[in-house]
Amino acid sequence: MTLKLSLDIAITHLLARKKQSIVAMLGVTFGISMFLVMISFMTGVNKFLNDLALDNSPHIRIYNPIKTDRLTILDEMAATKAPNQKGMNVVYHQRPKNELPNIDKGMKLVRIIEKMPEVLGVSPQVGTQVFYNNGPIQVSGTISGTDIVKENALYNLKSKMEDGNIEGLLFNPEGIIIGSGLAKKINAKTGDRISITTPYGNTLLLKVVGIFSFGIATVDDTKSYASIATVQKILQKDPSYITDIHIKLKDYQKSKVMAAELNRMFGFKTEDWETANAAFFAGDQIRYVMTAVVSITLLVVAGFGIYNIMNMHILNKIKDIAILKAMGFEGKDIIATFLMQSVIIGILGGLLGISIGYFFSYLISQTPFPEAGFLKITTFPVNFDPRFYVAGVFFGFVTTLFAGYFPALKASKIDPVAIIRG
Amino acid sequence: MVLKATNIIKYFHEPEDFQVLKGLNFTVDKGTFLSIVGKSGCGKSTLLYILSSMDTDYEGQLEINGQLLTGKSQNELARFRNQNLGFVFQFHYLLPEFSALKNVMLPAMKLGRFSKEEIENTAMEKLRLVGMEDYALKMSSKLSGGQQQRVAIARALVNNPAIIMADEPTGNLDKANSIKVFDIFMELTSKGQTIIAVTHDNEFAEKSHRIIEMSDGKIVRS
Repeated sequence: MTLKLSLDIAITHLLARKKQSIVAMLGVTFGISMFLVMISFMTGVNKFLNDLALDNSPHIRIYNPIKTDRLTILDEMAATKAPNQKGMNVVYHQRPKNELPNIDKGMKLVRIIEKMPEVLGVSPQVGTQVFYNNGPIQVSGTISGTDIVKENALYNLKSKMEDGNIEGLLFNPEGIIIGSGLAKKINAKTGDRISITTPYGNTLLLKVVGIFSFGIATVDDTKSYASIATVQKILQKDPSYITDIHIKLKDYQKSKVMAAELNRMFGFKTEDWETANAAFFAGDQIRYVMTAVVSITLLVVAGFGIYNIMNMHILNKIKDIAILKAMGFEGKDIIATFLMQSVIIGILGGLLGISIGYFFSYLISQTPFPEAGFLKITTFPVNFDPRFYVAGVFFGFVTTLFAGYFPALKASKIDPVAIIRG
Repeated sequence: MVLKATNIIKYFHEPEDFQVLKGLNFTVDKGTFLSIVGKSGCGKSTLLYILSSMDTDYEGQLEINGQLLTGKSQNELARFRNQNLGFVFQFHYLLPEFSALKNVMLPAMKLGRFSKEEIENTAMEKLRLVGMEDYALKMSSKLSGGQQQRVAIARALVNNPAIIMADEPTGNLDKANSIKVFDIFMELTSKGQTIIAVTHDNEFAEKSHRIIEMSDGKIVRS
């Protein structure tokens, strides 16, 4: 009953000074709508970049790195000697050994990993640097010998084909699929023959069966796919020669843990997605923090607006508060009356804020992306997560609750005698 | 006996220690129209605010309607005021955003003992008593000073309090309105209402049932 009365007085007060109430409300509305637009857009961009990076890189990559930090032969010798015979040995400019960067028994490993329950797909690869020859000039790049069906399962290559198709590699032992940027550089089209040269000097003539585009320049300008056998052939290696194993997991968040596990099991170097994309991850984090800081600032500014308006309002109403107290209203009734006013402002402002926020987010999501065609994107990415909208209203509510509480508390402590006696 | 004050002593500490009330003892009977008079600064308003339970910083004992008020918490006192005391002030103090009727209804709604319809009926009845029933739905800020004061009296009456406390109820009114307010008070006391009024207006005081005259914090005539 008392609360209903407080609400009644609160609403009467709000309606009695409509302009002030609306200004206070618009403060909240602005804060929350900007918060929503910011966070929807920022997380949309983050998610887009995330997908882009995650789509085109393995969750875990197993390979055999070239080691240069091995012991020198003198150190190895010294280890077998008694401690008192050890001197200091210096070997300058130690070179790596001519080791093959292959994964021993790679195909067997692939079959074991494929059976693990966490694993979505595994693709064995033979990778090497090559030169693509175009008349007198060479373009450097890389070629991946892959099982194209497995590779497609991992990276959804089919959706990235601009021309030709991936099955070409299955039927044509001399087929190659090249990146769109590379195709432009060496002026090759599907059906053309191009020659590639390995670092060891072997040259091979291959037929372009397809052109892909990932939307990432560094990949599209340099990479090409061929069958495992083809790359083994140009490297003059046997059919068990594998240099990389790419793994996709059912849950990419587990990549770090799984990478460590695989390293422990097989002893090869394993690199997880997070480590490989550390720079990207840092950018991701920074964007999130930026979004949060800007959003919170907006809400705090809105909160101060309400705090000021409520403070002024209470100063104006100081006589009314004294009279209410004289009539028998308790401190908590006074707090309720003024707190309700600011919470009503907060909730109405918040609801208006999410509608306006949604409207602007929608506008952004419909805006054409200027560089369309290069990236696989036509409009700006926006993340319409309902949780943001709940958070927006919640923050509006909490901000106004705090902004209203302190002035209300002050009002409840007003001494009626001091006011009434003048 | 509706009010009993025993040895009321009050100090002001600002700007320096000063004893305003020096041990006052008196009782008030039901249905009395009591005027407290005295020169400015004699402590009569201070006494009224102690009697009205809004000022709790005093020594001595105060009893209203058989209840000891001294030592009660602020919230208990607020509830007590709501139910047992009505106030009329020099500057009317109606809530300007509300209609005259709503102003009268507020203390009863706070009490929460009756339904809204019942409260509205009671409030209209009290407005009729002070001759303001025609202005019930007018915004209180649109009323004249005398009209506001009459609405304030209706508001003081709405919970049928034991005592109405009035601080210079005619201090801001012209002659005609002063007489009107006085007549209303007289009529109320004839129905058994107790009224304690602080006033400068000697004419007003002389016509009331009983006068307490104060000087330098003491009762000099009772």
